[in-house]
Amino acid sequence: MRTDGLARIVALHLGLVLLLLALNWLLPEYHRGVFSRILVLAVFAMGYNVMFGYTGLLSLGHAMFFAAGLYGAGLTVYHLGWPAPAGFAAGLAAGLALALAVGVLALRTTGVAFMIVTLMFAQVIYLLTLYFTTYTRGEEGLVLAPEDRFIALPGAVLDPTDPSTRYLLALALFAAALAATVAIVRAPFGRTLVAIRENEERMRMLGYDVFANKLAAVAVSGVLCAAAGAAYALLFGYVGAGFASIQYSILPLLWVLLGGAATTLGPIVGTLAMFYVVDVTSGYTSAYLLVVGLALILLILYFPRGLVGTLRERWLPWLP
Amino acid sequence: MTDIGSKGARRAGGLTRRGALKGMGAAAGLALGPGFVRYAQAQSSEPIRIGFQAHRTGIGAAYGRWYERVTEAAVARINEEGGINGRPVEIVVEDDGTDPARGAEVVEKFANQHKTDIVYGTLFSHVVTGSAPAAGELKMPYYVVSEGYHVASGRLNRWVVQPGITDVRSQVTSVAPWISGNLGKKVTMIYPDYAFGHDHRDFFEPAIAAQGGEVIAKVPIPPTESSFTRYFPQIPSETEVIYHVMVGPAVLTFVKEMGDFFGSGGPALFGFIDSLEAVALSSPGLEFLEGSHFWEGMARYAQPDMPDYERAYREAVGIDDSGASLDDPKDVSTAAHMFGCWETLYVIKAAMEMADYKGPDDRAKVIEATEAMSGFDAGINHPQGAKRFNGKLHQCFGHQNISLVENSALKVVHRTSIEDGLYEPEADYTAQPF
Repeated sequence: MRTDGLARIVALHLGLVLLLLALNWLLPEYHRGVFSRILVLAVFAMGYNVMFGYTGLLSLGHAMFFAAGLYGAGLTVYHLGWPAPAGFAAGLAAGLALALAVGVLALRTTGVAFMIVTLMFAQVIYLLTLYFTTYTRGEEGLVLAPEDRFIALPGAVLDPTDPSTRYLLALALFAAALAATVAIVRAPFGRTLVAIRENEERMRMLGYDVFANKLAAVAVSGVLCAAAGAAYALLFGYVGAGFASIQYSILPLLWVLLGGAATTLGPIVGTLAMFYVVDVTSGYTSAYLLVVGLALILLILYFPRGLVGTLRERWLPWLP
Repeated sequence: MTDIGSKGARRAGGLTRRGALKGMGAAAGLALGPGFVRYAQAQSSEPIRIGFQAHRTGIGAAYGRWYERVTEAAVARINEEGGINGRPVEIVVEDDGTDPARGAEVVEKFANQHKTDIVYGTLFSHVVTGSAPAAGELKMPYYVVSEGYHVASGRLNRWVVQPGITDVRSQVTSVAPWISGNLGKKVTMIYPDYAFGHDHRDFFEPAIAAQGGEVIAKVPIPPTESSFTRYFPQIPSETEVIYHVMVGPAVLTFVKEMGDFFGSGGPALFGFIDSLEAVALSSPGLEFLEGSHFWEGMARYAQPDMPDYERAYREAVGIDDSGASLDDPKDVSTAAHMFGCWETLYVIKAAMEMADYKGPDDRAKVIEATEAMSGFDAGINHPQGAKRFNGKLHQCFGHQNISLVENSALKVVHRTSIEDGLYEPEADYTAQPF
């Protein structure tokens, strides 16, 4: 791992996590609940960013990885009575397995074809959640009972239905994902991904196994997204096919574009900004999606690299 | 967020000169009076805030628009009658986008930001199911008007109640005897291949079997389908009745293609009006439905023998004799479902008054008061008809209408009894702690 600017990068990211930790006691109740969701969804965006931002693979089907985690955790807890941590692990395993399977097939294509193939795979997963309605309750979804979501630790039981515990668990996941992302993008593996994004042919000529690296990126991305999905099921207690729909494939793309692709902090900034734009504008008009659309157009015009991306380009070139 | 009902609240308070002078006098008295007087006054006059989770956008928007209008009308009437426990009612509306994730966020917003006393809404079962955990965790009474079986199934929690509209299992069960007795015993079901359609499939099959009938074929249609002709050959030739519950924008294509397939003949048709809520029956392509039958929760078209209270309800919510908006005849209502909003608000009023609701600490008492109810009489508060309420199930049971399509209008030809829709309960929410 490179060491240039490491101290301030660590300080920035650690500072953010500590700030978020403090917010558990500072935020008004409603906003603490909102932040719990945003932290989980930001992990989804971070997973997306590994593939889209750093590797240059534009997927239109990432809802399938979120759904793999969501259902991996939800179905094992609901039907098999697995404890929550085992359910979470099942969610990660489902995400990894799906990512490898989809990666092996989809990475045979590039560009527009890759987008379409990922979209199609996601549609297959979405339709599977409906096809197996007997087990998934399809679009209506399943509710996980509060006691099934408890996390038993030696000497303590964590109750995710408690707002503070839920926030701290979401933050723990977010912090772990953030640390993993920073470590990856600063490690040789991350530099390789960026180099593949910039010039795939040259990397191949230099002797890198482009396919293996891309597949690893898909796997990392899939596992992060699945972690978000599994956490969503266990923290908020609802598992439904809506999370596998096309909407949840587009959302992480928008969050990452808004926050800044190929920046470690872009996903959380984008998720946060998008949530509050919707939350505030929907209070004034039912045409709030028009406002969101306008905001995105303005963003493309004036901040084509996203919020954090623009910050890095103009003032803080050391941001990872 | 939008406040509705404040108009009603103002009316209830009376904004005349005399009223204003009285108010100023009272305010002066309050300013001078001891603390407990201020407290008592605040308790008695502060509005009761009801969070209304509305489908303003998304696939449920047509339902949401009418749910909102009915809610507004009911709250205006409740306020004119003196509100709840003498306190005016204020409705706080938030759009759930017909999305379960947003639905849960909206419930949190009501509880933690708007500080509403209770939450009420909404139709689509995935939004209710997605929102229920939030309501349970926040210990927030959540009165739904969803007709899904999710409440009565016991899958939700003690804070979720459905007292104003019957559930799909009850509806399906209650129409089976009439179908078997009047249309035929050999039924082919065409339904969307997801939870809503599966509920119809799973509950209708035993119900028709109990009447000596039989489901001879099941034709599930994938939700992404936009053309249906290739499914019709799956309908066996001996079919006497086609039971169809397609919903969504493709329903017009579905009916048209079915008409093209069968021509002037074909089996009898029985459908659920859910498919055609907010759609005019005179729409091009629906001609094939002439002579077929539909389930309706409440009649869309004014019926000649309609009781006075039903007429008063229709006038209050602003629909004409064909069930369209008084302001715009093209704006067809969701009459078969939206009455549930009106009736639920009256149940909320009754429950809060029974519980002598003072503030959020009394939320559990409101649920207990609702659970203690056993039924509702037909009348202006329950214009769809009398209901039986099962407090353990958190679910009401009522009459259903079966209507004939005649001259592109719906004519009620049969009204089921409450007993027709009863089934063996599967849940007891009262056993759950608060």
